Amino acid sequence: MKPTGASFLLRLLLIAAFLAVWEAIVRLFAIPAFILPAPTSIFMALYRGIASSLYLDHVWITLTETLLGFALGTILAFGLGIAVALSRRIEYFLYPFIVMFQAMPKVALAPLIIIWCGLGLTSKVVSAALVAFFPLMVNTIVGLRSADEDRINLMRSLAATRGQIFWMLQLPNAMPYIFAGLEIAMIFALIGAIVAEFVGAQSGLGMLMQSMNFTMDVAGQFSVLLILSVLGLALNSLVSEVRRRVLFWDPSQKFNEAVKKKDIT
Amino acid sequence: MAARADGARDVIAVRRLSQRYGDGPDAIVALQDIDFSVAEGEFISIVGPSGCGKSTLLKILAGLLPASQGEAVLNGTPIDGPRKDIGMVFQSPVLFPWRNVLANVLLPADVQRLGREQMTGRALELLALVGLTGFEHRYPWELSGGMQQRVALVRALIHDPALLLMDEPFGALDALTRETMNVELQRIWLDRRKTVLFVTHSTTEAVFLADRVLVMTARPGRIGDMFDVKLPRPRSLDVMTTEAFGVHTRRIRAVLSGGGGIE
Repeated sequence: MKPTGASFLLRLLLIAAFLAVWEAIVRLFAIPAFILPAPTSIFMALYRGIASSLYLDHVWITLTETLLGFALGTILAFGLGIAVALSRRIEYFLYPFIVMFQAMPKVALAPLIIIWCGLGLTSKVVSAALVAFFPLMVNTIVGLRSADEDRINLMRSLAATRGQIFWMLQLPNAMPYIFAGLEIAMIFALIGAIVAEFVGAQSGLGMLMQSMNFTMDVAGQFSVLLILSVLGLALNSLVSEVRRRVLFWDPSQKFNEAVKKKDIT
Repeated sequence: MAARADGARDVIAVRRLSQRYGDGPDAIVALQDIDFSVAEGEFISIVGPSGCGKSTLLKILAGLLPASQGEAVLNGTPIDGPRKDIGMVFQSPVLFPWRNVLANVLLPADVQRLGREQMTGRALELLALVGLTGFEHRYPWELSGGMQQRVALVRALIHDPALLLMDEPFGALDALTRETMNVELQRIWLDRRKTVLFVTHSTTEAVFLADRVLVMTARPGRIGDMFDVKLPRPRSLDVMTTEAFGVHTRRIRAVLSGGGGIE
């Protein structure tokens, strides 16, 4: 579909209609606010939260936890991924651990992490890092091993050392996989931080939602959800933007951009 | 067969080279008793059916694969691993998409730490030789298949190797581009006089380019025939329709059909 001014207007109208129907149903059937709040009360809650700068403090805390967890998780995933990809011996010994951890829902570890690391920042960072870790590690391993045989033969025929093959071929070749892993890891880090806040925290958007839940402030919860979506979108766009600049040469990247230009905007 | 009548120095000497995969009676013999030598500046075409082991032979000469038996000597030293004085061109261009044309060409210089400054001048000169001036800063995906293969050829020449190994380099190109590339390659070879081993499926391509044709038969891969091509150079594409040319291609076909090689 070719985007035009008219189709964009239609899109906005559709969203407006959706909100209007929602508002009408809530008012018409007098649905209590603690079950389903009307869009207007959600926006009011959002406004109050932002105006009182209450939300901003919690956004800042959750963002810090997410970014620190992302950094920790990706550094570990990257290091371990490289070690496993380059050494069959390391892979052999780590394999049982990897399989066991991969099958486990990492968020289920959050209560334990709270016991070990306390209610503060550390437990949230550890939880975020743990959830973010796997997708990037797996992608790093797959990416480093995906170098085409002819390319490896070319490097070998030039008498390249193992280090040169890694830096000049395997690592750049793995970048599309690594960036795909980073995009997932960023969103996963946010999930890890929020879940840990649910389990036990003194601040953060997850803790805020939890406390609103206890006071049946459902409109408030919806407004925090809205903030979380925007936060997730922003974090994802951040990684996408870096990816777009670094991977200008990647054919799948160019394909994605072509698709975006044609169908999405 | 090893001694050359014109007395030129041998760059490559291959002696009783055999390659076996597996052990005992189930072993697959890819190459058996390959024996030939190549003089400096000579262009050798190796032609044969699929599975005759010609790619295996090139891999051994490139030091990518150890031979089961026999030896190959390059400039007096046995080939026992990858070395810095060999240039290789593969069937696909094998360019790195994250490097532009110039950086792709300079890959051997980077690997062998030859110094980019000195080598850049040489790279630009070689790119001009293959008609790619102005494309230095383009990326591989912006070039046609023929242009990509020219970049691969320049990359194989950049470190001034003693031997150029070409493994069906034009096999993936369309027929017209392929003919153009044959003429181009001859022109570049006349300019640089590298020692070339050129593997191909095509009898016409083999004869058109070669000083000497080495015909291999399959299962086990061995040399079925070897003969000189004395057609004057530079050869134009028209030479392919002459009787003198036909004698050579018919000779190759006779060997291949006699050895059960033609599919």
